[in-house]
Amino acid sequence: MPHKIVVLGGGTGGTLLANRLRRRYAADEAQIIVVDRDDRHLYQPGLLFVPFGLADADEIARSRRKQLRKGVELVLAEVDRVELDADAVVLADGTQLDYDVLVVATGARLQPEETEGLTGPGWLERVFTFYDAEGAVALHHALERFEGGKLVVNFVDLPIKCPVAPLEFAFLADWYFHERGIRDRVELSFVTPLDGAFTKPIASSHFGELLAEKGIALVTEFNTGEVDGAGGRLIAYDEREVPFDLLVTVPLHGGQEWVLRSQGLGDDLGFVPTDPATLQSHAKPNVFAVGDATNLPTSKAGSVTHFEGDILSDNIERFLAGEPLTGAFDGHANCFIETGFGKALLIDFNYETEPLPGHFPTAFGLPLLKESRLNHLAKLMFERVYWHVLLPGRDLPGISPTLTMSGKQHSGTAA
Amino acid sequence: MTATEIAGTTVEVDPEGFLVDPSQWTDDVARAIAASTGVPELTDRHWLVVRYMRDTYLSTGSAPSIRSLGKESGVPIKELYQLFPKGPAKLAAKIGGIPKPRGCI
Repeated sequence: MPHKIVVLGGGTGGTLLANRLRRRYAADEAQIIVVDRDDRHLYQPGLLFVPFGLADADEIARSRRKQLRKGVELVLAEVDRVELDADAVVLADGTQLDYDVLVVATGARLQPEETEGLTGPGWLERVFTFYDAEGAVALHHALERFEGGKLVVNFVDLPIKCPVAPLEFAFLADWYFHERGIRDRVELSFVTPLDGAFTKPIASSHFGELLAEKGIALVTEFNTGEVDGAGGRLIAYDEREVPFDLLVTVPLHGGQEWVLRSQGLGDDLGFVPTDPATLQSHAKPNVFAVGDATNLPTSKAGSVTHFEGDILSDNIERFLAGEPLTGAFDGHANCFIETGFGKALLIDFNYETEPLPGHFPTAFGLPLLKESRLNHLAKLMFERVYWHVLLPGRDLPGISPTLTMSGKQHSGTAA
Repeated sequence: MTATEIAGTTVEVDPEGFLVDPSQWTDDVARAIAASTGVPELTDRHWLVVRYMRDTYLSTGSAPSIRSLGKESGVPIKELYQLFPKGPAKLAAKIGGIPKPRGCI
């Protein structure tokens, strides 16, 4: 009997994993099924550029089916729940899919309704998020109409996908209003629940300086409790207020609702408690998780998902062969950060090592934690790499799935 | 890591004053830490949150986030901020004698 592998989610993690596994196993060795609710695969890093007219929402989406190798079956359906005891997925129409191995790759869900007032008056008029296509397009039109005033960039709380994206948005907004010749009429501020511009000390101070250089006010330890869209006020639980004419916020994130409906699978936010090294779920040995759907203490980002996919496909193969899971993920993340004016910087880190200065992947590579034009070009080029190398499940030459210290300056301490 | 005396008990703390070993915690230690972090009196509502934090950490190995606290502890988030101004999850962890919650990125 061929192994039956069911992958829930045809996004970055589900696609690259299904493709990797398809290459490992002949058709008679394993059946590989991917379940997703639609056939639209969005290149999510592209959403950042849509509000500024630098990318088109339709151009950053492609067919999910076309990203999957021949021999990977795509089922378009909503998942109702997983029944761990029965090793079965139940779809919304009642169809049951049995599995030997299940991979949860259904990502994170935006939950704007969890913040009081956020989806009330002003939502998609003066209160926006660019974290989905609809919001990014609406924000594009709002920015085009914006002639000056207070623009506030905010995220409600971690975890969020791509935790550097709100900062990038602030940097690009500074550039955008410069280009339009109205920067002096726009008051920009970055309002964060963190105690600095970022989570890790060296990068945080670096980004703090960049915000100051660009004249973007930094408001820290601001725990958003309420959004008053009609009155233009962001209100914290401690009753501090930040006024805005235009609010760009990142809503709370949780896992998918079907995870919450699946007894024993997820935590109270709907993320799947997952072993940080093997990527096996705590729920049951034949259930694994990848990418934004996990509860792992690393970035919810495509690079992380990609590195995890390398290790997870090895571990699934070992699991099916009855061998111990030796593949060990280290939390490796690698992010290009747009800083405006055709530049970007790059950070590379993992569970233990915070982003350090130096070069990546070796001393002769791209500059780390430093603005450069080369990093910006690399970020733009990455979309091609995403569709043509990463999703097909090919290895990136010279890039290790785990972090290497080559090229990094060691003076920094572990986070 | 340094050893320090809190409420007559010698405990190990990290540089930010979080207990390294949760088993060294007592109610008196909690009261003393609370007093030194701007919570002069621990009411029943404070204790509810502190014990929920601590029990969750001891049974699952990780402390709940502020959102989980708001959903599961029985104390709404707004009240959590009134009880523990400037960071309920962090302060309740400190008072509850468990390590600083690891923020994820």
